[in-house]
Amino acid sequence: MAAVATCGSGAGTTGSAVATASKSNVTSFQRRGPRASGTNDSGPRLVSIAGTRPSVRNGQLLVSTGLPALDQLLGGGLAIGTVLLIEEDKYNIYSPLLFKCFLAEGIVNGHTLLVASAKEDPANILQELPAPLLDDNSKKEFDEDVYNHKTPESNIKMKIAWRYQLLPKMEQIGPVSSRFGHYYDASKRIPQELIEASNWHGFFLPEKISSTLKVEPCSLTPGYIKLLQFIQNIIYEERFDGSNPQKKQRNVLRIGIQNLGSPLWGDDICCAENGSNSHSLTKFLYVLRGLLRTSLSACIITMPTHLIQNKAIIARITNLSDTVIGLESFIGSERETNPLYKDYHGLIHIRQIPRLNNLICDESDVKDLAFKLKRKLFTIECITKLRSYGLSQKYFLSHHLQKNCSVRKNPCFKQPHTLKKIY
Amino acid sequence: MFVELNNLLNTTPDRAEQGKLTLLCDAKTDGSFLVHHFLSFYLKANCKVCFVALFQSFSHYNIVGQKLGVNLTVARERGQLVFLEGLKSSVDVFFQTQEEPHPLQFLREANAGNLKPLFEFVREALKPVDSGEARWTYPVLLVDDLSVLLSLGMGAVAVLDFIHYCRATVCWELKGNMVILVHDSGDVEDEENDILLNGVSHQSHLILRAEGLATGFCRDVHGQLRILWRRPSQPTAQRDQSLTYQYKIQDKSVSFFAKGMSPAVL
Repeated sequence: MAAVATCGSGAGTTGSAVATASKSNVTSFQRRGPRASGTNDSGPRLVSIAGTRPSVRNGQLLVSTGLPALDQLLGGGLAIGTVLLIEEDKYNIYSPLLFKCFLAEGIVNGHTLLVASAKEDPANILQELPAPLLDDNSKKEFDEDVYNHKTPESNIKMKIAWRYQLLPKMEQIGPVSSRFGHYYDASKRIPQELIEASNWHGFFLPEKISSTLKVEPCSLTPGYIKLLQFIQNIIYEERFDGSNPQKKQRNVLRIGIQNLGSPLWGDDICCAENGSNSHSLTKFLYVLRGLLRTSLSACIITMPTHLIQNKAIIARITNLSDTVIGLESFIGSERETNPLYKDYHGLIHIRQIPRLNNLICDESDVKDLAFKLKRKLFTIECITKLRSYGLSQKYFLSHHLQKNCSVRKNPCFKQPHTLKKIY
Repeated sequence: MFVELNNLLNTTPDRAEQGKLTLLCDAKTDGSFLVHHFLSFYLKANCKVCFVALFQSFSHYNIVGQKLGVNLTVARERGQLVFLEGLKSSVDVFFQTQEEPHPLQFLREANAGNLKPLFEFVREALKPVDSGEARWTYPVLLVDDLSVLLSLGMGAVAVLDFIHYCRATVCWELKGNMVILVHDSGDVEDEENDILLNGVSHQSHLILRAEGLATGFCRDVHGQLRILWRRPSQPTAQRDQSLTYQYKIQDKSVSFFAKGMSPAVL
């Protein structure tokens, strides 16, 4: 229980729920692995959950966001018990892709999903999830009869690059994969078998809101109240809050909420500057974070912040969320014709990374990041423009490259006036 | 606690001043390291601490506290620390009706009420126990952070009333200290937050302001700390003393240096 306790206690009280049950001496240094019989630890033995890994910095349990590049920028992944807020791009083209990659990662890892939307039926959202990328070997084992005639090719021994044959092959993506972080093919749909094998719950607002509200009024909109009750029910019934420590296989709940704050949820912060219930969304985020901290779950929220009229509310929402990422697409803006950005579809801003169990966080040095959606993959790269050195041409480097590239040590660049003398 | 910060503030846990209100303020950066500093400082000074932690969970403060040399679990069991965990309590308040008034009762109310239940909680936690011998030196109230109360629907005036009541009880009656964290929204015009910040900074004796660098992100200098000593009760014939330092946060400590004198630059 030790490693999960260090990770779980970082995320919430799941570890401490077991620790208080066993009353063992809780120190910050806990050896990973089952304890010797000296302690009276009666909790379950060490169980690692599929699709999670402890953070290098503080042992916090992390899940993948579905994009390995984004995982790296966030310091390894999304911490369990935290909220990832995605500020949608202007025409809502790319943020659904991030949302779906997160859910697809949950299906591939065998996590339980909770999908909430006011616009689309969650069943339809799940049908549109991207397919995980497989290499030829694992595809062969996946549908054997279809690709049977291709098997002799994949078994040919490599003659020239024979060292590569010794490398471990990519893990087969069966119904449950324990690898951390997969790549997704945006042009293909996820196989139906994977969806049916997964455990998911859907919250479609028009269905749930039809019944009359029985709870006493507080300043949250009815849609938010219903959603919070739904999430709390799922967490309680499926024991994600660690209330039943005897359960053998622990799992993670991935919550996805789409277009939160839009008028379809009954909230008017996108319509009016000083609405009637302007604290509804911030209260919702606070109680949601409280729910997440006390359970083994991670949440992704996409929010159309470009529609919110009151900038102060955006600042409050950012403060109340843990990780905040903003997407800015180039469609329709003057940057579309800028030659600097011709290979990319938009910029991605990492606005906030939480400091969990630590004084510092893993902030990446690279601040200019852009994304592009090729036919298959969604990639994130840092914008660098490294032009050839010349006296007449202007050059500029990203600040982080200035340290790594030995431009200053380049003799032909150090003293341009001496070059003038030579020529 | 950070020894360098103690030197800058010219205090030690043994001879800290009493009856003071300290305001921690952060703009464009995260000032929570100051909260961890004061939490460990007052626990080491053997004070009775009431911590209204609205922003993060107990285990977060506990793990960081252990890096700084205090154990919050032990302090809570001994009775030295009274911890109100906002995130966990909000879930309890929101989903179940409570019999007796809960400090976070305002979460269930539709209109912005007042923070009287929260004040009652604080007063109950810090009142001196008549057990004969004095175990703790003086009471301390820590709030992290006050801007969350605005996000949860309270008006700025209600929060200022709460601070006023707490100051009258803790600082003046019980001769204790208060430490409050407020976010500064900066150029984003959050009127309620500005009212709150101005109101509390007018009453405070010491203001620690953590700001991000004006030139943007830097790997070696994480921000700038401005320290301002004030005397709110006396007329300000003398100028308030103010110091500015830049800092870099490490794993277990924070190093301070004069502006432009970062070790990475020299």
